Order: sequence, then structure tokens, then C-alpha cells
Amino acid sequence: MKKFYGVKIESQMMLGTSQYPSPSILVSCFKKSKASVATVSLRRESGGNNSGKSFWSIIKDLDVKILPNTAGCYSVKEAITTAHMARDVFDTKWIKLEVIGEEDTLQPDVFGLVEAAKILTEDGFQVFPYTTEDLVVAEKLLNVGCEVLMPWGSPIGSGQGLNNIFGLKALRAHFPDIAMVVDAGLGLPSHAAIAMELGFDAILLNTAIAKAGDPVTMAEAFSHAIISGSLGRKADPMEPREMASPSTPVFGKAFLE
Amino acid sequence: MNIIVNGEDKEISNTKLHEVLIELGYTGKKLATALNGNFVSIEDRENTALSEGDKIEVLSPQQGG
Repeated sequence: MKKFYGVKIESQMMLGTSQYPSPSILVSCFKKSKASVATVSLRRESGGNNSGKSFWSIIKDLDVKILPNTAGCYSVKEAITTAHMARDVFDTKWIKLEVIGEEDTLQPDVFGLVEAAKILTEDGFQVFPYTTEDLVVAEKLLNVGCEVLMPWGSPIGSGQGLNNIFGLKALRAHFPDIAMVVDAGLGLPSHAAIAMELGFDAILLNTAIAKAGDPVTMAEAFSHAIISGSLGRKADPMEPREMASPSTPVFGKAFLE
Repeated sequence: MNIIVNGEDKEISNTKLHEVLIELGYTGKKLATALNGNFVSIEDRENTALSEGDKIEVLSPQQGG
């Protein structure tokens, strides 16, 4: 398994911590899925409220790697300031860099993303850029120092799955040695299995589990799907054929006419 | 002195950022701060003086995807 900035993760599932019906269900989802990385954010704290403190006490007990995000940032400055604040609080160089460019699709502003990634990398951050499957953007992100790419499957929270399999295949083929995580838009375990079969190194998801009718069972289902897809990739699948080919030997068949 | 903290008007008596946080009940260690849109590290709060009308953001770990 590829490393993420030199770090080997225990499982190929990264899991968000948002929108669960309750904190105990969040914890159960992490346990059942065996997710190795948790994404977290920074939001306004009310004085004396200590909501951040109680949330953090839950997360630190999960014993997983922490990946803070810059979710909701629409400008380079906002994303950079948020990244610095996250490093101060979470004591990690990892940052899931989101610079959003469009409100309806939450599509990354890839121009701002490259600019912010360059600044943060030069400042010692290890950037996980939330990007599209665009090859040119990927190359620019790598050129400014990113060692991991996080292409979207489809818009955040949409559950649509992999909207551009051709583009994702091309991205994987062009940069075979780069650690890549399909992030966002997955809705079903089969989406995750397909992404792993395409050769991606990990999956990051949140809404598909948190908003399922039974989040804990869905967490387990995604866990199995990610393992299945990964094993399927390793097993070197057969090439598809245009026509049928009998799997039962023709030789030795009785003549019964 | 009047400042704005997380979008709300606050009247404070202290002037240094680290003192103001305590004054307003922010006692946890897991807090990140920005002054007028610029990051202020934990170490720098002690030397950061506030002025009338300053805008402070105080953030803490929360759910994220």
C-alpha cells in the first residue's frame, strides 16, 4: 500500500465525522469500518460552551490519524488561515485542502487550490488537495509539492458515485506512483469497490454512511467493499471480451442429437 | 472596549488576546484564533493587543467531512 507523506495507514478507509445521528453512532461507525483516518474541521466556539472540547474527547479516543479540512473556504486567504489554525489546534502537518469555487456543486476552485497548495507546502504543510480528475491540475498540484491527490468521485454529499470513470482511470494511469484518495460523492459500497478496482489507494467518505438508515451496517458494508475492490485490483482481473467464451469445456461433450 | 467575537458584539475590559479569551469563558486548550482575518498562534496570543472594533474568530474542533 502506498504511504501518505511517509505514513502507512492501517486501512484504506478514511471517514468523515459529520452528520451522524449521535456521537455513539459515530464511534460505532469508526469501530465497524476500521477507518484509519478521521477528517475534522474547525468551527466557531461559544465561550463557556466547550462543544469543541467534548467533540475532541470523542475523536482522540478513536485512535486514528487526524486529517483537518478547510471545508467551506472560498478563497485562498481563507483556506490558508484555516490551515494554520488547524495546525495550531490539531498539531499535525496534514491538511485536507478545500478551496471551493462553486456553491451548487461545491466544485473545487482548482486555480485557487494550486495557489494555496503551493503556499502551504512551502510553509511545511503536507497537503491533501481536494481536486477534480483533471490531469493538468493534478500535474500542477504535484509540481508545487503535493504528494497526495484527492480527486472527487462526484459532488460532495451527492451520493452519485463515480461520475467520470474515464477521467479517473486516466488520472490513475498518468500518475501510477502517487497516493490517491477518491474523496466525495460516493453513495453505495459498490462505488467504493469500483474506485478501488480502478487502482485508487483509499476512499474518503462521510455522508453515505452518516445519512444511511443504518449507519453502522453501512460502515461495515463500505469496509468490505473497499477490501474487495482492493483485492480484485491486486488479483489482476481478466480483460473483457466482445463475445461469449464458454467456461465449461467443449471437449468431451456428449453427442446426444 | 468593544470588539466582535465570532460575529457577536462583546464589551471587554482586558486588552491582550489571551486575557480576553479567559474573560469571555474560552478556557479549553483546543482553540484556534484569528484577528481581523489573520491567524494568531497560541504562542502569539500573549503579545497580541486588541483595539476597538477588532474582529476575533475563536474556533474549536468540530465535525468535518
